[in-house]
Amino acid sequence: MKVVSLQDLKKIKEETESRMKLRNEGSLETGSETCGIEKGTEHIQILTCGGTGCKASDSAAIVDRMQECLEQFGVADKVEVITTGCFGFCEKGPIVKIMPDNTFYTKVKPEDAVEIVKEHVIGGRRVQRLLYVDPETNQPVSDSAHMNFYRKQVRIALRNCGLIDPENINEYVARDGYSALADCLLSKTPAEVIDVVKRSGLRGRGGAGFPTGNKWEFASKSQSDIKYVVCNADEGDPGAFMDRSIMEGDPNSIIEAMAICGYAIGAKYGLIYVRAEYPLAIHRLQTAISQAHELGLLGDNILGTDFCFDITIRYGAGAFVCGEETALIHSMEGKRGEPTLKPPFPAVEGYKKYPTNVNNVETWANIPVIFQKGAEWFASIGTEKSKGTKVFALAGKINNVGLIEVPMGTTLREVIYEIGGGIKDGKQFKAVQTGGPSGGCLTEKHLDIPIDYESLAAAGSMMGSGGMIVMDEDNCMVQVARFYLGFIVEESCGKCSPCRIGNKRMLEILDKIVAGKGTVEDLAKLEELALVIKDTALCGLGQTSPNPVLSTLSNFRDEYMEHVVEKKCRAKQCTSMLSYEIIPDKCVGCHLCANNCPVDAISGELRKPHSIDQTKCIKCGTCMGNCRLHAISLK
Amino acid sequence: MENNKISCAAVAKIKEICEKHNNDAGELINILHETQNTLGYLPQEVQVIVAKNLGIPATRVNGVVSFYAFFTEKPKGKHPISICLGTACYVRGSEKVLDEVKKVLGIEVGETTPDGVFSLDCLRCVGACGLAPVMTIDGKVFGNVDPKKVKGILESFVTAD
Repeated sequence: MKVVSLQDLKKIKEETESRMKLRNEGSLETGSETCGIEKGTEHIQILTCGGTGCKASDSAAIVDRMQECLEQFGVADKVEVITTGCFGFCEKGPIVKIMPDNTFYTKVKPEDAVEIVKEHVIGGRRVQRLLYVDPETNQPVSDSAHMNFYRKQVRIALRNCGLIDPENINEYVARDGYSALADCLLSKTPAEVIDVVKRSGLRGRGGAGFPTGNKWEFASKSQSDIKYVVCNADEGDPGAFMDRSIMEGDPNSIIEAMAICGYAIGAKYGLIYVRAEYPLAIHRLQTAISQAHELGLLGDNILGTDFCFDITIRYGAGAFVCGEETALIHSMEGKRGEPTLKPPFPAVEGYKKYPTNVNNVETWANIPVIFQKGAEWFASIGTEKSKGTKVFALAGKINNVGLIEVPMGTTLREVIYEIGGGIKDGKQFKAVQTGGPSGGCLTEKHLDIPIDYESLAAAGSMMGSGGMIVMDEDNCMVQVARFYLGFIVEESCGKCSPCRIGNKRMLEILDKIVAGKGTVEDLAKLEELALVIKDTALCGLGQTSPNPVLSTLSNFRDEYMEHVVEKKCRAKQCTSMLSYEIIPDKCVGCHLCANNCPVDAISGELRKPHSIDQTKCIKCGTCMGNCRLHAISLK
Repeated sequence: MENNKISCAAVAKIKEICEKHNNDAGELINILHETQNTLGYLPQEVQVIVAKNLGIPATRVNGVVSFYAFFTEKPKGKHPISICLGTACYVRGSEKVLDEVKKVLGIEVGETTPDGVFSLDCLRCVGACGLAPVMTIDGKVFGNVDPKKVKGILESFVTAD
């Protein structure tokens, strides 16, 4: 069936709504009442996370097993198993939700399927052992609304992730999908569309925070018969997976938003540039594009108007710099992904020299909601200059690793300690890194700053695309800076010398410091090089590449000083500065360490305390691993 | 560059892939993706054939192949191993996992074992940060990898063969 009018769209929505009703947040029964076939529940849905994280833990097998069990127990006609996008709580994955009673099962294994079906789906009794246990109260919590991880979250960009089947466009339509496109095409002029985006205050979620409405306006003003709308899905920040989750969990939101932009700026063609490392996201996008075609929501004369729009997918090939829009455009043209100077901006001269508007995945995902609920509603969320919400991939040494979305203005402390549940294994918090290789490491004293573009930049980091990595006392900040710089050196495209050569020299200095050969002068040299690169590199990637070094130098200077002056690494990560020593009081002289030492550095008489020859020791740690009496210490 | 290493069937396949993309040089990256999927890797002689089909200099093809991490000029092992060095995995100790794999297999990153069974690469984030540190073998994700477990995981692939 083709959708040629608003009525057609409404019809699909009404037809699908009966299925979606069970998942409607407003009508969810929370608390003790459970559903169950034996209790008379007519229709039950089992939602299983089909995101990359949970799939890596066998969630596809859970779906198969559930289906088998339902058939075996003869209830397959009343129960549906639906694969959704990411629920966000990756730490506890794979996640399975039972609707309508909204029970949230964690760390589910395929072999748990039979118990879930027998006990809960049929018998109406929750499987207690699979429920989330609140670490504070030690009580099981059955619904996500009462978990600290979800309590402070506001899901706008992630509104459909974990709720709909991303491979069924009708479910997206039932959640008011494509109503924003219909509204724009049927009752707004392109200028009015741009005005709504401008008034919403939405800023680019790729990291730089440029106002989206202004970007659209520039592209709309460029005179050309051919224009392009591009989705930047080259999520290269290592340790960030926001965009991937949106593409996997709600691909239609991106397609709808790109079509709206096409109408606003006068473009007929859309391109999604996606990393080849994301096969599942590519598959879901392809499915969504072909389903949108079948319904006539992409293609010619959309919704009976004379607006035509089509989207094709372009693949990245593993180059971080391609997240920079000019580099991305060159890569789409089949060239090396090297950035070029701006101006000309892509809005004037972009893909194949035609005016091009590039926005990031998360930015796109916000667009349809802005039209559904209004620019004023969106602008009422967040801070004065940063509107709406931001999605973060919370990872590292934190209890609740996962994908979160919080209103702008939420503090880092709230994110790390309330949503994130604090530091793993009761360790001491040391730093939080935002903005990936272009961002910086913030420390304890920054925890109460509100998350918005300006505040993070003022603190020496940046919003970035949304990677948020938490580090504890066991992470050496010099090594962390070296890690990011190593990444930059590997990923630098090599076009401009400050980035190509400067970062390499900085990496060499950091290698020297980590090897225990650094001097105080080296720190000054690092700083000077960093500032030169910042001022002179060609593109945004190069200009921000020294940020991890600069921010650690300013926030963790004493740690650097310890490395260069005392030759000491407090996190005990720089092996060159460590020594393994035998504690004579604990050593019984069993000789086990000496037998296993690969360089024969340990000697001593049997049954008498042994000792390690530091000149021979290669610091491999084998002795420590073999000692049963914990008689070897690391200093 | 020698041309005799490539079979006629492979040359025909490359031609077919290029034609599917209208021999458009703008489609070079998509063409290289498909060629690598078919042949497993992109040796220089393959790059020359692609260049001829598209009517562009071989240097341009090589420039693209060498620029992007996804393309490889060397054949991969039967079981390609990738260690995630994304930040989340790094802070949870993935470097130690990498060191262990190197030690067990006796190869460096980018190399293949002499028997052609394993090849070793690094990648940046597969998105399973909740399972950090992770490594993938044949695309299957192994989560919470302890360096001590590495040997057992690798051996399980050898036994399965």
